[in-house]
Amino acid sequence: MYGKKVKLRVLFLVVILISVILSVFLILQSLKDNVVYFKSPSEIKSLIELNKKKIRVGGMVKVQSIIINSNEIKFVITDFKNEINVNYSGAVPNLFAEGKGVVAEGFLKDRNYFLATKILAKHDENYMPPEIKEAIGDK
Amino acid sequence: MLASQIGYYSLILGLLLTFLLCGVSIKDFNNSNKRVNQNIYTLLFLQLVLVVVSFLSLILSFIKSDFSNETVFNNSHTTKPLFYKISGTWGNHEGSLLLWLLVLTLFIFLFLVKSREQPKKYRILTLLFQQLIIIGFFLFVLMTSNPFNYLFPVPTEGLGLNPILQDPALAVHPPLLYLGYVGSSIIFSASLAAVTQNYISKEWGQHIKIWILISWIFLTIGIMLGSIWAYYELGWGGFWFWDPVENVSLMPWLTLTALLHSILLLERKTILTSWVVILSIATFTLSMCGTFLVRSGILNSVHTFANDPARGIFILIFLFVLIFLSLVIFFLFHKENNKVSNNFFWLSKESSILVNNWFMMYFLSVVLIGTIYPIFLDVISEEKISVGPPFYHKLIAPFLVPFLLFMALGPQLKWIKSKIENKISLILFFIISVVLTFIILKNLSTDLLFFTVLISAAFFLFFTTLKELFVKKFNNISQLIAHFGFSLFLLAILFNSILSSEVITNIKVGEKYNYNKSEIFFEKIKEKKESNYNSIVGFFKITDENGKTIQLKPEVRIYNQPIIITSEADIKTTLLEDKFLVMNLVKGDEYFNIRYQVKPFMLWIWISVLLISFGGIMSLLKKKYEK
Repeated sequence: MYGKKVKLRVLFLVVILISVILSVFLILQSLKDNVVYFKSPSEIKSLIELNKKKIRVGGMVKVQSIIINSNEIKFVITDFKNEINVNYSGAVPNLFAEGKGVVAEGFLKDRNYFLATKILAKHDENYMPPEIKEAIGDK
Repeated sequence: MLASQIGYYSLILGLLLTFLLCGVSIKDFNNSNKRVNQNIYTLLFLQLVLVVVSFLSLILSFIKSDFSNETVFNNSHTTKPLFYKISGTWGNHEGSLLLWLLVLTLFIFLFLVKSREQPKKYRILTLLFQQLIIIGFFLFVLMTSNPFNYLFPVPTEGLGLNPILQDPALAVHPPLLYLGYVGSSIIFSASLAAVTQNYISKEWGQHIKIWILISWIFLTIGIMLGSIWAYYELGWGGFWFWDPVENVSLMPWLTLTALLHSILLLERKTILTSWVVILSIATFTLSMCGTFLVRSGILNSVHTFANDPARGIFILIFLFVLIFLSLVIFFLFHKENNKVSNNFFWLSKESSILVNNWFMMYFLSVVLIGTIYPIFLDVISEEKISVGPPFYHKLIAPFLVPFLLFMALGPQLKWIKSKIENKISLILFFIISVVLTFIILKNLSTDLLFFTVLISAAFFLFFTTLKELFVKKFNNISQLIAHFGFSLFLLAILFNSILSSEVITNIKVGEKYNYNKSEIFFEKIKEKKESNYNSIVGFFKITDENGKTIQLKPEVRIYNQPIIITSEADIKTTLLEDKFLVMNLVKGDEYFNIRYQVKPFMLWIWISVLLISFGGIMSLLKKKYEK
């Protein structure tokens, strides 16, 4: 039969192999659950079915669309083709303003109505979500 | 005007000099003389001087607000305070690359001066590899991101620096981070040189360990400063967001930490040689990837700055050349040293260091996959996604438990073969940790089993290292401090995340907002004028459930150049907790959007990171002392 050393090595290799497979599996599995998709208002309009997962919507804040009261902020995200209404109660970043780029994270109620849980800040005042750049470029 | 010209021409001269330097070095390499040719020192020093001159002239252009220089025009303004004019030099793409170059030349000069007792051929080879990187950076700066571009007609006023970057922490953060990144380039060149010379030995291990420690310390503190900045400047009250840009700085840190541990084995027993080389290559590659990803605009990050794809392609090609070259060298020259027996018992310091490396590699793969998967998916399916914090928490947190236990037990083991000593005190500590955690958590509203396990493990590390610190002779005090710091770090983070509370509301001047027996009173606002911004200061009185009142004065600043609104959080820091208030204008309406957070043990997060890096510094000092 095989020596003790060989057996130990085989055992060692098996343990490594199993742990590598396990960790890759774990990583990919939780990647699936925790991925947040990024959509533009036009993409949302053309969605075939709505699911309940968290998504991000990016676009420009429509001029003259921000309405604020003590509980919440309402505004409209547009990509100059389609737009979507957003309801949000939470903190807003510095660079959130009408006519500027915005990325909101949250849940879709329907194709026209988005409940945001977070608004993301961009460090750069000239930042525009890539899709919007394309959309404006198309014009 | 003149300064820019001097800066530009000294860069070109520097590049030419580098070629000369390479020529002289190659000639000297084949020379049988035992000492390194004196000319090499001179040339290397000249190279450093030229880059310093170039860098200083860029600073000068910034100080004088010389808008005939395009970089200055894009990133500066006459009304900006002097401090930020200077720090603006490296707050932009072109200047930051010049800084990279400066640190590269500085480090290789120091390396050559400080490595006199090493074999000559090894030193010269390291120099040559490093010069390859330096040439790459020279070309990169001159071809794609020249900081001295001339503008005509000369504008009368600059565009200004993004106000969010006008901050003391951010003035120091990039240089420190670069010192860490560039230090890893020395490790990279040195290990390639050592492989070709078949010089991977105990002596090499001891000598390269100093550079590993230096880069590690700078990288640790650099990351921390970035994190502190994000905490008070970005106004969302957290300090780490698992944002791609943060992740790319964490990845080289993980490999560097693994390297820091495995070099201990190399310098004592000449084992793990290939692994050390691979880690060295990986660390530098990851640092370069970081620069590439941040600068190319490929990453969909909240930190995205304006950028230029041409630059990304240059770095990408450069990166591939480096990786390809290093792998070729590794496979052609590397010989596994078979003479040394690498047998060790499963329960020994050796295996515990291996375990550390395994964990580091696991953490690295989690961060790596989370960071590049969105890019990957974007390329193959045009889906835009992002990977959020839950992904990282879910995959990293459970593995911290065994990681912490190993961290507590590993250092107490002996080399080659060991038994677990002081079983009784270990068991005692373990029981104390569990009971203590249970008592603390029972009184809080978290009932989570998971937190109990994790916090117990952290307490266990805390107590064991604390005991060692008090009882033991001080032969491995650096390790104890670093590990103790890490336990403190995790405890601070965990309690911070459990106990933090937050209120967000929209409020008018004069209004009161009540929650949980506490009250936020928005007293008044005041306007203030500074040279480069106007600000609105809000006066808030906050009464907590014990009836104690504090005043917080967050600010909204409207910078005039460029016109940007930033909000400055007001933070009251005490040893036990931070009170954090930030306000935002929403529409120029009377409503202000405020966020008030109570964050326990924030200060301890920074202190513990400092302790961790202090462990590194101790190790460095000890090395000096032993010599």
